[in-house]
Amino acid sequence: MSFDLNFIGILIGAIMASSVPLILAASGELITERSGVLNLGVEGMMIIGAISGFALMVVTDNLFFAVVGSMLSGLIISLIFGLLTQSLLTNHVATGLALTIFGIGMSAMIGKNFVGIPGKEFPLLFLNLKESIPFLGPIFFGHTIILYFAFVLPFLTNYFLKKTKTGLIIRAVGDSPTSASNQGINVTLVRYCCILYGGAMCGLAGAYLSLIYTPQWIENMTGGRGWIALALVVFATWSPIKVLIGALIFGGITILQLHMQAVGLRIPVQLLSALPYIMTIIVLVVISRDSRKIKLNTPTSLGQIFYKEK
Amino acid sequence: MEVQLIKIEKRNDVSRSIYFLTPVLAIFLTLFGGGIIFYILGFNPIEALKFFFITPISDLYGLSELLVKATPLCLIAIGLSFCFKSNNWNIGAEGQLIFGGIVGGGVALLFYDHNGFYVLPIIILSGAIGGMLFAMIPAILKTYFNTNEILVSLMLVYVAKLLLDYLVVGPWSNPEGFNFPETRQFSESARMPILFDGLRIHAGIFITLITVFLSWLILYKTYLGFQIKVSGLSLKTAKYAGFKGKTMIIIVFMISGACAGLAGVGEITGPIGQLHRNISPDYGFTAIIVAFLGRLNPVGIIFASLIVALTYLGAETAQIFLQVPKYTGQVFQGMILFFLLGSDYLLFFKIKFLSLKKNEL
Repeated sequence: MSFDLNFIGILIGAIMASSVPLILAASGELITERSGVLNLGVEGMMIIGAISGFALMVVTDNLFFAVVGSMLSGLIISLIFGLLTQSLLTNHVATGLALTIFGIGMSAMIGKNFVGIPGKEFPLLFLNLKESIPFLGPIFFGHTIILYFAFVLPFLTNYFLKKTKTGLIIRAVGDSPTSASNQGINVTLVRYCCILYGGAMCGLAGAYLSLIYTPQWIENMTGGRGWIALALVVFATWSPIKVLIGALIFGGITILQLHMQAVGLRIPVQLLSALPYIMTIIVLVVISRDSRKIKLNTPTSLGQIFYKEK
Repeated sequence: MEVQLIKIEKRNDVSRSIYFLTPVLAIFLTLFGGGIIFYILGFNPIEALKFFFITPISDLYGLSELLVKATPLCLIAIGLSFCFKSNNWNIGAEGQLIFGGIVGGGVALLFYDHNGFYVLPIIILSGAIGGMLFAMIPAILKTYFNTNEILVSLMLVYVAKLLLDYLVVGPWSNPEGFNFPETRQFSESARMPILFDGLRIHAGIFITLITVFLSWLILYKTYLGFQIKVSGLSLKTAKYAGFKGKTMIIIVFMISGACAGLAGVGEITGPIGQLHRNISPDYGFTAIIVAFLGRLNPVGIIFASLIVALTYLGAETAQIFLQVPKYTGQVFQGMILFFLLGSDYLLFFKIKFLSLKKNEL
């Protein structure tokens, strides 16, 4: 019995690990969207983060530089999106798509010489505790520092958005840019910051995949996780805590697929993979049909261009 | 004391010639940007660009391939132009293409033993209907439940991809196929006729051209086209004029989905000849770039589809000659859209340099 319990613990640990990139990217995108900006470039920013993190790890042989570098490169690539949508007032949807398409192409070009290089071992914390405590050990211990960060991040984000002045400003900008602007808030600047923060988090999410989860560089290795992260923000109705829960559900589905064949269950794998998307559509229908609910949950100006006569 | 001020004003009069010239500017900027990227990666930029944009179309086979790739791109983009013109953001054309392919492919497998002239038209029609029905999901959810069509249409892309994956791995996989994830090769009567021996260009191009003509007719000569344009320019005006918004939303999505479905069925009955996992190299997403680059104008979209098709071909050639990954084409596709969207700023806004006295501020 204790063996079984331990196995379940390991399974939960694996689910947590697979939800990390989703939590990171979705938490970043959530802040961006709360400020009223819809950046569909999550997949592109993640993959750029993945290759820059991996390339820096190979070149500098230093994981710290690799992680920080991946965040910086995510930030830099999101700056393109910021410049276009905020300064040149381009359409958010088209620009975000361009960013994803560009990011996938660019990462493959940079990554050409990094294919097939093995990854480096990322330090795991509290390994001795993981092995000595059954069941709870594999759940709470023996993870990377990035995983712990990812699981704290939604709570920090929640506190930041609800309890701090900056969080209030971001929400005000997202809900009503015109009134925020009339209050003397620099809407464009706030949105720039939120876009860059989202980019950095997506970069980190990508680095988690290439440095820890996989760990090596494979072309197009994000494999649609960016889109799932985008779905997750909607699924969570723009609430950081629900992002965490949703990421665990979506991550759990991924792990379940891996074990399905082993257990011999007769549900098609593809149906499970499609669940996050279908569930997101259902959530979207439920929250959208009631105009009060959508006002409560959605950043009102999401995806709209804000333009102020200067 | 004098202060320099930069004033940005919205233009009310957008010059039509500049409106269609900025895409050309965007293409040149993309070539320039691409040259710089090649240079940084250690290639001779001129040489690399030549491999990318000239070598692929320097023979008859290459030109035929260009048309093979432009055929679906143009078709999807034409459909999308109906949505985009009326401010409906259907970005799930890839899903509609795949679903059209699934339905058309299913019918092709159903008629596997039939040999008649009627087989291909039935397949094509069912593909179009498949794409249309799939596009109606975001449209109906938008009109009746007020959901965001961007997110719904996007999510459905992955649902369609996974459905296709399930079908070709499971129930529809070739019984003699050694468990490869693909269906049987369609019968000869289910294939698009090839136009020239030895080339891959197929009759699907006529479907595209007819659709372009019909779209022009609908957009510029009918009441529906007028409604679409007005709704795109100002939703308030459209409401005031008493247009039925809901019906129009559903119609533009249906047109767009049917076009994407046609593109899907054209691919599987044309160059591919069966269903497998990757029936489209993201044509549905790339067509969004084509629609923008072509300025949502039927003729513009024809030219744009040729240019974007060239980035697909160029990437294939460059993969062989320069050993760069096949995803390189996406770098160019992304850049075209970046530069195009960016240069629109010059179009819609005037930048004025003013000198003012300090006390006037």
